[in-house]
Amino acid sequence: MDLSQCFNNYFAMHFKYEIQGGDFTNAGQASSQVKQVLKQLNVDPKLIKRVVVCLYEAEVNVVAHAWSGVIDVEVNTERIQIVLADKGPGIPDISLAMQKGFSTASPQVREMGFGAGMGLPNIESNADEFRINSKVNEGTTVEIMVYLSQA
Amino acid sequence: MERKDFHHALTILTDVCIGCSHCMRVCPTEALRVRNGKAVLYENRCIDCGECFKVCPVRAIIIEQDDLRQIFDYKHRVALIPSVFFGQFSDKVTPAAVHDSLIEIGFTDVFEVENSAEMLSHAINRYIASPTAVKPVISSFCPAVVRLIQVKFPALVDNIMLLKPPLDISAVYYRKRLVDAGAKPEEIGIFYITPCAAKIAAIKSPVGEDSSEITGVINMDTMYNQVLKNIRHKSNDSQSATQPFIKGKSLMWSLTNGESGHINGNCLAIDGIDSAIEFLEKLEGEEVTDIDFLEIRSCDEGCAGGVLSYGNRFLTVERMRKRSKQMGTTQTAPISGPGTDMWDLYPYLLQRIPLVEPIKPRNMVKLDEDMAKAMKKMERVQRYMCFLPGIDCGVCGAPTCRALAEDIVQGKAAISDCVFLQKNMEHSRKLHPDHSYRIMERIWGKDRLQKDCNKLQNRNLES
Repeated sequence: MDLSQCFNNYFAMHFKYEIQGGDFTNAGQASSQVKQVLKQLNVDPKLIKRVVVCLYEAEVNVVAHAWSGVIDVEVNTERIQIVLADKGPGIPDISLAMQKGFSTASPQVREMGFGAGMGLPNIESNADEFRINSKVNEGTTVEIMVYLSQA
Repeated sequence: MERKDFHHALTILTDVCIGCSHCMRVCPTEALRVRNGKAVLYENRCIDCGECFKVCPVRAIIIEQDDLRQIFDYKHRVALIPSVFFGQFSDKVTPAAVHDSLIEIGFTDVFEVENSAEMLSHAINRYIASPTAVKPVISSFCPAVVRLIQVKFPALVDNIMLLKPPLDISAVYYRKRLVDAGAKPEEIGIFYITPCAAKIAAIKSPVGEDSSEITGVINMDTMYNQVLKNIRHKSNDSQSATQPFIKGKSLMWSLTNGESGHINGNCLAIDGIDSAIEFLEKLEGEEVTDIDFLEIRSCDEGCAGGVLSYGNRFLTVERMRKRSKQMGTTQTAPISGPGTDMWDLYPYLLQRIPLVEPIKPRNMVKLDEDMAKAMKKMERVQRYMCFLPGIDCGVCGAPTCRALAEDIVQGKAAISDCVFLQKNMEHSRKLHPDHSYRIMERIWGKDRLQKDCNKLQNRNLES
């Protein structure tokens, strides 16, 4: 984890996590750590909850589908920005993937309680801004933004 | 400055405290420090779980209670007894004998708290079935868990069931019953015999209600001694005419799985403060799904493991199980006093089971109210963490390196409190050895670094 602070009264904190595809035992570590940080920053619990849902779902997506990935979290007094960039098979049809209940998760992954097809829709409904880009056989980038200032 | 929001039942007797730091190391919310050779409490972090009380070797941590003589200020003196109290005594001492003793000690009425459990289980099942209930619903039974959530898991306060625990319902019921029988409200004193500190704190500063129905609290260990003394002095075994009756299943309510066994849907029971924290972390991280109801108890084996329990918790559970079997499905009935069935008052009680006020988060993990300031502080914490050794030795008077770093940014400690950094600073001639000696004395007390053959550990060997 590295911290970069900025000029005058504008502060930003930066966190970076690496994820391994298939490593379900460690899924949730990034969201757990980010959660601790946000609690210490006195962020509204309801906002923390939304951030945690987004981050956890996105983290599990990378673990379940991709080969490896990097999570980048930037927190400042206005917003939390999360970027997850993975190397993996990518998503051929994003609009299909965004549908509730749609999942390409393998039976093994489903047996572990994942892959209900609610991941991406869940992220979209909890994020203030949500962008997803994907290239087949290269990877997927998900950008999540949650604003802190709105009451 | 720490603002005092909670009433605490746990008090540190500074004169008795030897500054051994055992309490600091077990506190689940990092609420204790050692300063000047004594344990010091950060009051807003304390959840009254009693872990510190359990490990204190010199009984320097006490649980305040009301004076037993205070009961005689009232004409009607009601003892609200948790079922675990009956489980404290060996098989030779029957619940009826315990009941008789309580009457002889001076109570006019004795009522077992778990009498209201059956009614509460109906209310919980209705609560869970409501579409507005935030799942999983977390039981409000254990006040230490409620406070743990408020302080450490603010995002989960909405999951806490907004229903009163059996204790409060039984108190409401019994008061009503006495008033209906002609008693004046000011003549009624309701006293709870508590197995733990958290219940006292909850009664003295209730969460989710404006005031408590309970007049006073007597610690279970005190009452245990009183009852045993009374029974021993008795010449013959009196067979009480008023046998305590309660539904067998209900009296297990305060034990692990005792509550969840009554609830419809997917239920999970968790006991022990560390297990509770571990699970709440997971729950807050949204990693737990498909659970309707969570019973969480701060103590291992539920209230049988309460810090004021004299008996071994496993034996207590076993005795209660036996008694529960004997009771079978006998109708709920009062132990002593005017005979009315609790269900006659169902509509009255049902209105009074919900908590009147929402439970508010009280985040005590935050570094500052102001987020920009909190960020600056967190950045400083991270920087200090680079220097601190990360072995959580506790020699600085804080339980972990992280806790020290946070204390430093809050102005409550100094970086030179760390013994590693003292060495470092002495090495680079930034700190005089005399100065670092004084720092250690400031934390651990004067003359603490001197030879002392009368330390507690040695005293134990001699006796």
